[in-house]
This record gives sequence, structure tokens and C-alpha cells, in this order.
Amino acid sequence: MPSNSGDLTRTSAADLGALLAAGEVSSVEVTRAHLDRIAAVDGDVHAFLHVNAAAMQTAAQVDADRVAGVELSALAGVPIAIKDVLCTLDMPSTSGSKILEGWIPPYDATVVARLRAAGMVPLGKTNMDEFAMGSSTEHSAYGPTRNPWALDRIPGGSGGGSAAAVAAFEAPVALGSDTGGSIRQPAAVTGSVGVKPTYGGVSRYGAIALASSLDQVGPVSRSVLDAALVHDIIGGHDPRDATSIPEVWPSMAAAARAGQTGDALRGVRVGVVKELDGDGGGFQAGVRQRFTETLDLMAAAGAEIVEVSAPNFEYAVAAYYLILPAEASSNLAKFDSVRFGMRSAVTGTVEDVMGATREAGFGPEVKRRIILGTYALSAGYYDAYYGSAQRVRTLIQQDFAACFEQADILVSPSAPTTAFRFGEKLADPLAMYLNDVTTIPANLAGVPGMGLPMGLAPEDGLPVGLQLMAPARQDARLYTVGAAIEQLLEAHWGGPLWAKVPELSRVERS
Amino acid sequence: MSEITPEQVAHLASLARISLTDAEIEQLTGELGAIVDSVAKVQEVATADVPATSHPIPLVGGMRPDVPGATLTTAQALAGAPDHDGSRFRVTAILGEEQ
Repeated sequence: MPSNSGDLTRTSAADLGALLAAGEVSSVEVTRAHLDRIAAVDGDVHAFLHVNAAAMQTAAQVDADRVAGVELSALAGVPIAIKDVLCTLDMPSTSGSKILEGWIPPYDATVVARLRAAGMVPLGKTNMDEFAMGSSTEHSAYGPTRNPWALDRIPGGSGGGSAAAVAAFEAPVALGSDTGGSIRQPAAVTGSVGVKPTYGGVSRYGAIALASSLDQVGPVSRSVLDAALVHDIIGGHDPRDATSIPEVWPSMAAAARAGQTGDALRGVRVGVVKELDGDGGGFQAGVRQRFTETLDLMAAAGAEIVEVSAPNFEYAVAAYYLILPAEASSNLAKFDSVRFGMRSAVTGTVEDVMGATREAGFGPEVKRRIILGTYALSAGYYDAYYGSAQRVRTLIQQDFAACFEQADILVSPSAPTTAFRFGEKLADPLAMYLNDVTTIPANLAGVPGMGLPMGLAPEDGLPVGLQLMAPARQDARLYTVGAAIEQLLEAHWGGPLWAKVPELSRVERS
Repeated sequence: MSEITPEQVAHLASLARISLTDAEIEQLTGELGAIVDSVAKVQEVATADVPATSHPIPLVGGMRPDVPGATLTTAQALAGAPDHDGSRFRVTAILGEEQ
């Protein structure tokens, strides 16, 4: 437990939970500290699209429940930020799009309902690329989020808001969603932790769908244990999501704690995916350097480092940019100007109004992907594009199966580079798509992946992320190995990486 | 090179119900051509002997027990609508005059 409970915004969710349970702080104090931090820095960071006006009221209720002796969860009274892709009864849910501006859903996403049932305090909704299409938050209809490590740089995407919120100490933990890397890539460039669970491990009921065969909701945090604690709250079977796996899962928090015993890496076979290790080019030197150093640390701790090959990963980005647009073009058909969201004031038939509304309400990247998806699904092209992409998906699953015969866990850098500057890749959609080269294979195969910090790149002083991938349903393994690596790295650095994030001040803003 | 034309993009936009401007159609024609050329790479390895995968974790069933659950009231369902008459969504004409 931290002795300096004075700075509640730098305290982990696990420690906050313990302080709250011990009665050393109240949820009102913890929540107030985070709302004050948001008020102080979010003008610069812009992680939040909406701050929850009822947060203090919720916190007071949890405090009252605790006094009354109600049995509470490990994170009761701990604040959390929620990505705007998730439906919330009491806050607008826009998915970063103008077409849903101000829309308040008539129901909570299952994960949000579970947070509330666990007594967590929703702080607000976080910024994202429109409908989660992007790697930089530059495609948000409400303006980009800025990276707390360098305000002239992107925080990753699509979940840049959630990652920046935890990196800037505006929230101890957050929820994200990951369709092709939208949790892991922002974690990499903001020095935070994020997990994409096994496909079907966490309910998507009430998550505004991007690509239904790829989307997963997951935790965002500053530590592996905190991610695990949130995962335990949101995970598990949901009858309202037909893709939800009907199984009982082990405790991810217990798995993370098992990784902190100091000997968890001994004998673990760590597979370095040859195709993602950066030798093929396109990877920043500092990313490769930190990756090699981290592998050395793991080997010194008893891990067995093996090289594995996934030859079809080369085709993953291409397959992804067929499957995703195809599914998105279908999912986004619901924004029809009839049942919810915006309607353009034009005359004509309902179809004319629909076309004008979608023209005005969707941003350029959303239009690009809908048109691409419509093309990929067109008669005459379906087999050549969408059909081929689905076959590549099988090949990628086969590659994973072969790799996991030789290794217990797979590793790669989470992203090829550190955070780039705003505008750098905006004019070239293909360059933007290649940011996801490391993260996309896990989504295509449905396997779980974790991103955690592995240092700062020497050339620019910006965070570099490590990605771990485990076989489907073995999410617990990510937490054990992730917590062990985190402990090794923090011992090596002399503290957590987030302690090095610059103080935010108006002066830094460019 | 792919054979994407402005006419094709305009047709796709009408299928997708997005009233693109001429400038957008022109820009998307170039961008779509470049993207399609790039993603066509999947055809190099997607041979007929490889089965297709639509969902990463195959599940069968996924049916809920057939019991009444909580549903939205009419007022809740209409609450986010751009226009309604209290019991139904209100829209402009479904059919144009020429029909």
C-alpha cells in the first residue's frame, strides 16, 4: 500500500481499492481528485468527450454502502473512464461520430452494467477515432486527443482517449475496444497497459459494432494487475451476446499476482515471431533495441527464447482491410436517420434524407471504409476479395497453431514506431493502416493479446510497447507472464515507466 | 492496377446511401484504387484448397432461454429518434413521385 496516499491520481486501482476498503480514503476523495485532474489537464490532453456529472453522487453512494456494511468488490469506489464506443444510459455515446452527437442510449452495455454493479465510478466517456476507425484519434469528429508524453503527437487509436486518460493520471483505469489494435497500439505509444481478451471473452452487448468478427472490449490501465482486476469485473459469459463464450474463466487478478512471485518466467517458452520482429524493415531503431533488451532480461530470468515463424502474417493487414470494411459497411447501415442520431434537414424521399445525413454525419475515413467494404462485398468481386480474405484468416490461425506448438507465449513489439506527429500519416490511408501490422493477426485469429511498456526509445524519449499473445482462452497466461515482465522491467528502471511522463503544463502545448 | 472508376465509386456510394460530392468521388477513386491494389495481395495465398473462416472462435447455438426479458418501452425506443409522433418513427415519403 502506498504511503503517499496524498497523490491519489498516481495510485493504482489495486491500491486505491485497498485504501478504500481500509477506510483510509473515501470514494468521494478519490473521485474528486480525478475530476480535479481532468479539469486541470484535459484542456490540453482532450481525452474526454464527456465528464460524468453524476460521478460524485455515485462515489458518495459507494461510500454510504461501505459504511452500511454492504459487501463490495475489490474495485468498489474506484473511478474508471469509458470509451465512447460503449453505450451508457446516463451519458452521450457517440463513438466519436457527428452522426451520434448527443445520443443517449436507452440501455447500458453489459460491461458498463458490470462496472456499475461492482461499484466502480464512471468518470466520463473517452475520445476515439470515429467508429473506432483509425490509429491516431485524428479521425474523431470532436478533434484529436494529445499524447501526454508529447502534446504534439498522437496518442494512438482508436482508443487514444482511454490510453491518454490513464497515462495523464485522469483515471486509474479505463475501458477500450480492440478490433485491429485499438487497445494495444495506444498502450504502446502512451506507455500504458492494455488487453484485448480472447474473442468472446468479454461481452460486446452495447458496444457500437465496427467489425463483428473482430471486435473485443478490454481493460486499459497503468499496470498489469489493474488490467486484470478490471478484466475480472467485465469478463465472462453474457447471454445477450451470441458470440460470448459460455465458460467460467479463472481469475485474471490471481494470474497477475502469480506472475509477481519472482520466478514466473522460469521455463516459459517465449516465441519471437520472426515476421514481426522488425528485421523486415519499417520498425524504428529504438523499438527494436528495447525489444531485444527485454528479451535478454526475460532470458536472464529463466525464459527460453525461441524463434517462431508465421509466414502468412504478411497477408494479415490486407485481409483485415477487406474483412473490416465489409463488416463495417453492413454494421453502419443502421445509421439511417430514422431511429436515432442525426437527420439532415433536406427535402425528398427517406432515401434522399438518408444519403444526405450519412454524407454530413460521417467523416472521410468512415466513408472510405464503407465504400471499400461495399466494393469488397459486390457481386463479381466477393470471391476475389472478401472470400480470399477469409481464407487468409484460416492460414493465420494455422500459423498461430504452429507457433504455439513451439512456444507458450508469443512476443513482438506492439507497434513499429513510437508516437508520430499529428498530420504525419493523415494524407496516406495505407501508411496509417500499416501501424496495425503487429496487432492485427491476433484479431483475425481471435487470440488474446496484451500491450505493456518496455521502455523509452533512445532517439526520441517516447514510450515503446511490448506485445504478448497467448492461445485462445489462455488470457490468464498473458497476465502471469505480463506481470512477471513488468516486475523485471520496473526493477531494471527503478520504478514504473509512467513515473517519467512529463508534468503537463500549458507551456508544452505546441 | 485496379480498374476503379469515378462511375463505380458513385454507384458504390448510392448502394451505401451516402450522397458523396463530386470532389469526394474523385478523391475516393484514387484512394480506393491504391487500397484495392494493396489488399489484392490476399489472392496470392488464398487458394481454393484453403477453407474460409468467418468467425475466429466457432460457437454453435448461442440461443438464450426462451423466457420474457426486459424490453424497451415505446418511449425509450423513440427517445433518440430525430422525429416521431409519440408511437412511431416519422419519416419523409418512402416513394418518390416518379414511382
